Amino acid sequence: MSFRSLNEIVTLCATKEKAFWEIILEDDISERLTTREESLQRMKSLYLSMKHADESYEAGIKSASKLVGGDGAKLSESLKKGAVISGPFLGEVMAKALKMGESNACMKKIVAAPTAGSCGVIPAILLTCEEQYHVSGDKMIESLYVASGIGEVIAYRASLSGAAGGCQAEIGSASAMAAGALTYLNGGDTESIVHAAAMALKNLLGLVCDTVAGLVEIPCVKRNVVGAVNAVASADMAVAGIRSRIPPDEVIDAMREIGEGMPKSLRETGEGGLAATPTGQEIALRIME
Amino acid sequence: MNIFDIIGPIMVGPSSSHTAGAAKIGFTARQLLREEIQTADIFLHGSFLATGKGHGTDKALIAGLLGMKPDDERIPNSLKIADEKGIKYSFSEIELRNAHPNSVLLKLRGVNTRELEVIASSIGGGQIMINQIDGLEANICACYPTLIVHNVDQPGHVSEVTSMLGHKSVNIATMQLYRDKRGGNAVMVIECDQEIPIEAIDWLKKLEGVVKVTYLSMEENNEF
Repeated sequence: MSFRSLNEIVTLCATKEKAFWEIILEDDISERLTTREESLQRMKSLYLSMKHADESYEAGIKSASKLVGGDGAKLSESLKKGAVISGPFLGEVMAKALKMGESNACMKKIVAAPTAGSCGVIPAILLTCEEQYHVSGDKMIESLYVASGIGEVIAYRASLSGAAGGCQAEIGSASAMAAGALTYLNGGDTESIVHAAAMALKNLLGLVCDTVAGLVEIPCVKRNVVGAVNAVASADMAVAGIRSRIPPDEVIDAMREIGEGMPKSLRETGEGGLAATPTGQEIALRIME
Repeated sequence: MNIFDIIGPIMVGPSSSHTAGAAKIGFTARQLLREEIQTADIFLHGSFLATGKGHGTDKALIAGLLGMKPDDERIPNSLKIADEKGIKYSFSEIELRNAHPNSVLLKLRGVNTRELEVIASSIGGGQIMINQIDGLEANICACYPTLIVHNVDQPGHVSEVTSMLGHKSVNIATMQLYRDKRGGNAVMVIECDQEIPIEAIDWLKKLEGVVKVTYLSMEENNEF
């Protein structure tokens, strides 16, 4: 049985005197009746697939609506010119998040993390971290266990689906997972990991899923950027010793409650919010033709 | 649910339910037919119909029917590939009763004229459910080797099938029985922990009262 609360993981880390990622790895071994080697190998292949997806970005292709594509390349160009005011790390994170979201919208191969619509958040942070801070490959794999452990608890207590819980459940969850992973990579302890996740999730509570024409394009691609930047900010706060005043598991429960209260028109139906704007409707009509 | 359901699957975008799940439905239907597809009439229901085009649901379904998995980078070009292979396909609308929003009815005919009708739905995160096979109920997740036996509703067929499985050391994970009416058409759907030897399936096909045997293998081999 997977973990039902972040608190349970934190307690296990303390009693077993083990790192967060190791607790998740051990649980996977017993859950799937597999070996340590197989689990690590499988996680590594996911990481390599993320890297491959990032490298295979094509600036020249467009999505089904013809409205998504090429923005990641624009940001990279701006970075090269030194025009990105947030600096080289965040700049690269944003460019990578855009690129992965665009690749997904353009029917390229990606890794759902946790969903296809939110597939840019985690790789944007991890790949940039590896490139710019030269973290070892093994540590990157370990950080993916941290991310998936957080995701597992969110899936159990709330949801990872936009249709069930709105965008907060997709981009919000991805952001919380990425924040925990980055906190680990930056030397944060178990307590800091779960608080980074809590702060990231808190910041995106209430985010609705109002996809234009019901497609994973507008606003999903750019929300990957916001999810990634929010994760970096939350990880930095957590490593600095800042804590979420609402305990992490309670934040997840709040997300569930908010998701349940969201009108159906704002849960991946393409009916409300941005989808209902005159331009959103015009785009939808054009695609249906 | 395990951690590789949280991070993963590796898939062609843009949507795990509308693209990856659709490809898996096509792939599973092809495995059930166990023949190369000659014609495919595809009926889209609900959200598959409403937003399928923008999500590449049509391409993903055809890709699956061609034997491609959800991470196959040829998915965006599947319609062209199907045309080149001379496969006939059509897409239409349908309103299925009591169906999940992401559902589809597939009417398939293979190159050796074998036929199959499947209703399936994509239930989220790339997971699927086969709801009906040839008009009879069958709730299959397509994650176990699955045996589907259509037979005349008369005593003895269940024990014939289950004792054969016992003989072959195949453990039954789940078992479902349905029939349309007393003495009419019956179906048993058996999800197993091990693969069933092909000769055992051939033996079943010859039994009196057995109308049709369909087997869904989890083995990667998809050449027929």
